[in-house]
Amino acid sequence: MSEGKNILVKDGIDRGTVDAARALESDKYSEGFVTDIEMELAPKGLSEETVRYISAKKEEPEWMLQWRLEAFQRWKEMIEPTWAMINYPKIDYQDAHYYAEPKGAAKYKTIDDVPKEILETYAKLGIPLKEQEVLLGVEGAMETAAAARETPRVAVDAVFDSVSVATTFRAELAKSGVIFMSISEAVREYPDLLRQYLGSVVPVTDNFFATLNSAVFSDGTFVYIPKGVRCPMELSTYFRMNAKGTGQFERTLIIADEGAYVSYLEGCTAPMRDENQLHAAVVELVALDDAEIKYSTVQNWWPGDAEGKGGIYNFVTKRGDCRGARSRISWTQVETGSAITWKYPSCILRGDDSSGEFYSIAVTNGRQQADTGTKMIHLGKNTRSRIISKGISAGKSNNTYRGLVSVHGKAAKARNFTQCDSLLIGGDCGAHTMPYVENRRADAQLEHEATTTKLSDDQLFYARQRGLGEEEAVALLVNGFVRDVLQKLPMEFAVEAQKLLEVSLEGSVG
Amino acid sequence: MLELYNLHARVVPEDGPQREILKGLSLSVPAGEVHAIMGPNGSGKSTLSYVLTGRDGYQVTEGSVLYEGEDLLALAPEVRAAKGLFLSFQYPLEIAGVPVMTFVRAAMNAQRKQRGEPEVSAPDFLKLSRIAAQQLRIDPDMLKRPLNVGFSGGEKKRLEIYQMLMLQPRFMILDETDSGLDIDALKVVADGVNALRGEGRSMLVITHYQRLLDYIKPDRVHILSAGRIVKSGGPELAHELEKSGYDTVMGAP
Repeated sequence: MSEGKNILVKDGIDRGTVDAARALESDKYSEGFVTDIEMELAPKGLSEETVRYISAKKEEPEWMLQWRLEAFQRWKEMIEPTWAMINYPKIDYQDAHYYAEPKGAAKYKTIDDVPKEILETYAKLGIPLKEQEVLLGVEGAMETAAAARETPRVAVDAVFDSVSVATTFRAELAKSGVIFMSISEAVREYPDLLRQYLGSVVPVTDNFFATLNSAVFSDGTFVYIPKGVRCPMELSTYFRMNAKGTGQFERTLIIADEGAYVSYLEGCTAPMRDENQLHAAVVELVALDDAEIKYSTVQNWWPGDAEGKGGIYNFVTKRGDCRGARSRISWTQVETGSAITWKYPSCILRGDDSSGEFYSIAVTNGRQQADTGTKMIHLGKNTRSRIISKGISAGKSNNTYRGLVSVHGKAAKARNFTQCDSLLIGGDCGAHTMPYVENRRADAQLEHEATTTKLSDDQLFYARQRGLGEEEAVALLVNGFVRDVLQKLPMEFAVEAQKLLEVSLEGSVG
Repeated sequence: MLELYNLHARVVPEDGPQREILKGLSLSVPAGEVHAIMGPNGSGKSTLSYVLTGRDGYQVTEGSVLYEGEDLLALAPEVRAAKGLFLSFQYPLEIAGVPVMTFVRAAMNAQRKQRGEPEVSAPDFLKLSRIAAQQLRIDPDMLKRPLNVGFSGGEKKRLEIYQMLMLQPRFMILDETDSGLDIDALKVVADGVNALRGEGRSMLVITHYQRLLDYIKPDRVHILSAGRIVKSGGPELAHELEKSGYDTVMGAP
């Protein structure tokens, strides 16, 4: 099931591509800077003390601490999974800091308390936390600002290493009853909601990395959309890993109550470092009757240099539960970063007539490795799912689609459509497709389409003969390949994603 | 307009031996003229078109090519295109996910940008496209589909000429444009090509058969064999070839 390893190219025309499949160069990763700010770190290593340290830092109630400790006990007995098509040296879990916060972070009450270094960091990343609030107004100014209605507004939760440093538009959102805050605050302020839902989609014992996260998760975002409310703006979290020798373990929980709707965006970056840093996140989505959640990710963690030195190890568990009837969950991801990506955003289609979607663009270049896909678990009647995956491999990278469509005994008339397309640029990369199907229903309707194509030197020459420069030609061809997924992203993110694709693939051809 | 002098070129495969294909080819195509290149299989016809347009994998070892007095071989393929060089491919490539019009518009704007001209406006582009499609009897819906994907051989050739009409090149190379076309399609395509004749535009028509030259009448006919022009003449040379075959014509003193 693997293609692309040693493709023979006719006429020897492909040599230019092969020779020139230069890997990523560090100067192309514009998010690779380090913010110089005094940090407070947990002592290196992972033990019960570490778990207690984090819980104490967060001033958590006893139940939360116990939850974490149980996860930690469990994790100690678990074995790191090895089934994915990725290779990396053994991770020394004792050789990292499990908590890092800017000094005095606990004292930020408003955005004015956030140190300017951090605000500048986000501004540099294109997320001006403060300006956004000031320009568009938080307290009162909004009512009169007709212009603001024309500007798409996005509320941001900014997570810097292990802490949420600012959450914008909270007051505005609160007017609609929407809760949007860091999960640390939510543990203290909404313990009932947390106890009811946390771990209800991704159980504490789910898998090695999710269990690790359950023990040491530091911060992340909590969203609750009340019954019948359509969230008035896009919500987003921007994750930034900054400190050296740390891991980031964020936890996100989104609940859309009956008839609610929310669109949520997630962005991630990290500085360029020689070391490999671990990122093990858990995202849980719950959609009750008639609710809809759209979750989009633009992941641009530092992928490591051309020789594969450094880069983020991204081991993420994302799962949505269509708990209610007619509920809908849609995952859209653009994965361009990380040295290793291990990620399968999934949907449990529990409610009757519920539907799940997964749209993915995964790009690997240089020595990146990605093993990503989805699981669609059909439990309820008339459940529908749709999977569209576009994998692009360049350089010496490896890109695997791994997906499961499972139709259980009670899922009458379940339907799935899966389309997996792989694009190879150059002859040294690999694309692999591993679709699994389990079906217990004779009336299920399951379709699967898969293609593997190679962006050939012939195509590039054809485009250049018509007047397009080499990079323009690659961009046009790659955009053609991913077009149907890009159209699923919220508009402002689609533009960013398109740019990101171009940057990620720069230097992938001669 | 195009001057080839003593051109030697070889194909440089990734593996396997290099072979010299063009062995001292000299040719001059003045502005406004249509020249035909005929020759048996393996004589170097396609290599000539690729060397002129700058495809990788070919190495010029000797000789020169001047395009309007400029050293053509020193330019990147896209620069040659912006200067008006166009190749109608013998085997047009499939470009998945990119509709015909999107592709052509990107190409047109890329050329204009290189020449320091403003981008084409959407209404102007649509107007040009409508005229070209009508001329070539192309269903407008076809132009919204990904370029060449799932099209028949004849449709692909028609789309090559559509691109040519849109981009308005000044020097056109038609590589076996007649292959895959039935007689009706051949007439439509030839009419499209003839619409671009004159106004200082030149063409190099590469073909096996004389058939295409009944519709696109050449000013000169050259016979290419073993990498060199072995015989040149007027349109009557093509007829002679058709009648007597390459061996006889080339064997004649």
